[in-house]
Amino acid sequence: MHTILEVNNLQTRFKTYDGLVYAVNGISYNLNEGETLGVVGESGCGKSVSVLSIMGLIPQPPGIIAGGQALYHGSDLLKKSQEELRHIRGKEIAMVFQDPMTSLNPVLTVGFQISEALQLHMAMNAEQAQQRAIELLQLVGIPQADRALHNYPHQFSGGMRQRAMIAMAISCMPQILIADEPTTALDVTIQAQMVELVKRLRDEIGMAIIWITHDLGIIAGLAQRVIVMYAGFIVEHASVDDVYDNPRHPYTISLLGALPRVDMSREERLTSIPGMPPNLIGLPPGCPFAPRCRFVVDKCLQENPPLTSASPNHEIACWVDVRTGGPR
Amino acid sequence: MSDEILVHVQNLKKHFPIRRGILIQRQIGAVQAVDDVSFDIRRGETMGLVGESGCGKSTTGRTMLMLYPPTAGSVRFGDQDIFQAKGRVLLAIRRKAQMIFQDPYASLNPRWTVNAIVGEPLRVHGLVKGSRAQTERVQELLKLVGLNPMFVNRYPHEFSGGQRQRIGVARALASDPEFIICDEPISALDVSIQAQVVNLLEDLQDKLTLTYLFIAHDLSMVRHICDRVAVMYLGKIVELASKDELYNHPLHPYAQALLSAVPIPDPKAERQRQRIILTGDVPSPVNPPSGCRFHTRCPIAQSICSEQEPQWRELMGGHWVACHLAQ
Amino acid sequence: MATTSEALPGITEDTLATREPLTPTQLAWRRFRRHRMAMFGLGLIILLIVYVVGGAFVFPEKFANFVNTSIKLQGPSSAHPFGTDAVGRDILARTVYGGQISLLIGLAAVSVALIVGVAIGALSGYYGGWIDGILMRFTEAMLNIPQLFLLIVAAKYLGDKIHNFELFGREFSGSVIVIIVIIGLDSWMYLARIVRSQFLSLKEQEFVTAARCTGTSNVAIMFYHILPNSVAPIIVNATLGVANAILTEAYISFLGLGVRQPTATWGNMLEDANRYLETAPWLWFFPGMMILITVLAINFVGDGLRDALDPRTMVE
Repeated sequence: MHTILEVNNLQTRFKTYDGLVYAVNGISYNLNEGETLGVVGESGCGKSVSVLSIMGLIPQPPGIIAGGQALYHGSDLLKKSQEELRHIRGKEIAMVFQDPMTSLNPVLTVGFQISEALQLHMAMNAEQAQQRAIELLQLVGIPQADRALHNYPHQFSGGMRQRAMIAMAISCMPQILIADEPTTALDVTIQAQMVELVKRLRDEIGMAIIWITHDLGIIAGLAQRVIVMYAGFIVEHASVDDVYDNPRHPYTISLLGALPRVDMSREERLTSIPGMPPNLIGLPPGCPFAPRCRFVVDKCLQENPPLTSASPNHEIACWVDVRTGGPR
Repeated sequence: MSDEILVHVQNLKKHFPIRRGILIQRQIGAVQAVDDVSFDIRRGETMGLVGESGCGKSTTGRTMLMLYPPTAGSVRFGDQDIFQAKGRVLLAIRRKAQMIFQDPYASLNPRWTVNAIVGEPLRVHGLVKGSRAQTERVQELLKLVGLNPMFVNRYPHEFSGGQRQRIGVARALASDPEFIICDEPISALDVSIQAQVVNLLEDLQDKLTLTYLFIAHDLSMVRHICDRVAVMYLGKIVELASKDELYNHPLHPYAQALLSAVPIPDPKAERQRQRIILTGDVPSPVNPPSGCRFHTRCPIAQSICSEQEPQWRELMGGHWVACHLAQ
Repeated sequence: MATTSEALPGITEDTLATREPLTPTQLAWRRFRRHRMAMFGLGLIILLIVYVVGGAFVFPEKFANFVNTSIKLQGPSSAHPFGTDAVGRDILARTVYGGQISLLIGLAAVSVALIVGVAIGALSGYYGGWIDGILMRFTEAMLNIPQLFLLIVAAKYLGDKIHNFELFGREFSGSVIVIIVIIGLDSWMYLARIVRSQFLSLKEQEFVTAARCTGTSNVAIMFYHILPNSVAPIIVNATLGVANAILTEAYISFLGLGVRQPTATWGNMLEDANRYLETAPWLWFFPGMMILITVLAINFVGDGLRDALDPRTMVE
């Protein structure tokens, strides 16, 4: 498989009134052509900040990219100027966000916004762009696409707006689609529509997807590989089957244990993780999950475990073997 | 769970008028948020009320407690009709029927201390005498919900979302209620915190013999915590059954589609799934479709569905459906 | 996948965030402190208060009212640092006593406006419907009456009707009361509209719904829940209102319709100076400067308060 995006040791911090916030702390992963990677974690774990850093969308200041690389076909995105990134954004790497109302310009028609991207990146003229825009709106399932073209974002429902966003995102046939919680605000039936749409487009266009969410249900049906993040670190990285059937990091285990299922009745209590997510100001010496971990040993409080292999294609950042309770 | 019916909702309607006019406002239409809803809740049970946004579930809960003036219908707690109650009678009902709100940031007065917030029901219902007695009772309640009682004099902004939600639970418990409406109490919380709050609610139910109406859109969580579940669509209840009945044998096409759309955190199960994908969007509650409100998106709709509103029928013991075609 | 789920009993979280507990008031004060002009303005106001209060211990009132035509219209000297006025009274002392009245009028007029404005705005915003309709039409009617016209007519008509009164062993002209009431009744409308819009939006907040669910009475909700959350724009408006009231008193008195003898205010000192604008500039310069400094200082403080109390920057 051909690797198109290689993230190495990415570190992002923020200067705030209260101190330096360590948002992303050395994450590394690869994205292969046509692959769907799920990035999972709760609020504050750094999943959004990490991709915004890669795309150059973190304002610096107060943000600081303190280190690392994001190699897209070998060249480092973190070293590129905003001008260079503008050519890549939208054309080769597209993003879809959670709230389409803030990412779509409310005073421009949807058709105009799609055509604009097409004219900018695909060198089409206005007529060709409009024709293609209509095709795209049809592709994403917006009814009466030729009329919808002239509508403003607020005239669409939430689901339709998100589809329009997706249409804009795929308009230039990107190699990577980064989706940051795109369905979180949608009803579950609309969400199902969106996921089916993305799967269909993925098969048709062959793009790789990075899907960021806190919803472990969606990832199970969409991703091939999964990264679990906590406090700016990757704590588990494995194939989707491995993560769900054989989780090896205590946080992943607890997270999965906290989930009820719609297809089976659970008689026992949900796992609740005691305590609260850590304050990201300053990096404590040990493992960030140690204060809340069931399996904690002394070493966990002193040294932060690196991400290492637990079995083929399954990495975790933990000192303990959860199957035995002893060291790995 | 006993057989005693604690809450009886009958033909509840809540329409929000749409008004136009400069000097004199005339009503030109209405948002039919809740349209003829009826159900019972038995003492000690957890009744789930589910549906997507705009289906009227939150409005139902709030209208039940007279937080919105009802348009029609009746709601009885025990043998008292809350819509007919005034003054002291209404206050006595409010003592017994409380609510936990969705937004842990907006539901606590930012200028009040925890003591004042949790103590308000104690003062309003005259349950304590003097500020020291209030503080002590508030501290007991904080301990009950798993918060450090030393935090009585802190302000809401000093707490996390999950902790604030616990403060809201403590407030709801202060008046020693029998019935609590939980209006999407965990939707705004992180996954691991959701489990904390749900476990807390379950523990409290056992300890204090509480009856819950659990309003939510997260069907997985509803399966976990509820005994019976009612599914709402566009202001009407379309199906009501015990938890296992509904989730294993949904009869209404909307309920079937809804359940098939919920993601399962299990890749194998996801791969084997047959999803029923609905087309189109939810119609506007100002102008609901004729006949069965779901017929515009229903995969098996027939001509009768657009002409006649389906009857609310009990197809099996305790399993009710409003659909012409269900058996 | 086997997972044992056990919830730990009593999940007590013993440590909150590392910041010490801060009341919303303390947070606002912190933000205010960062505003240098506002702190400067606050300092000026404190100095002014010291001046008008402390000065009264230095100069007895008799001295301020001591007429001595033989030393009239003298420029600043060591005996009379601010000079003397048209009947030989010491201007420095008069600015002290005049300042007391001017500031008093400012505060009292705003108090009147607050009471009326908050009451009307709260009732209007909370209950809505026909109550809102009537109260707002009334408010708008009052707004449409030109302020100057109202003040002049009322001052002329009522000015002589209220008698001089005694307070703390000093005699005050009845016109002081008249001016306070008139200025107050002419500025409550702006406050009412602000309060109304605050109540309109706050009553939809979920904590108000929660209070209604608890059974709290409407009056208690308005007074204890909504009002404390709407103080920010009220405080800002009231603060700037004090400056406005002082200015209004000044020009009313300058026109000869304001506070009468024997009571001195900065405004009626300006009136006395009218005939001597060029020949004896110290007659208007010192009271004028006092007014200028006061109004400026209040405006700085008002700016600082506006930023400090801005709900968008509230900790969340």
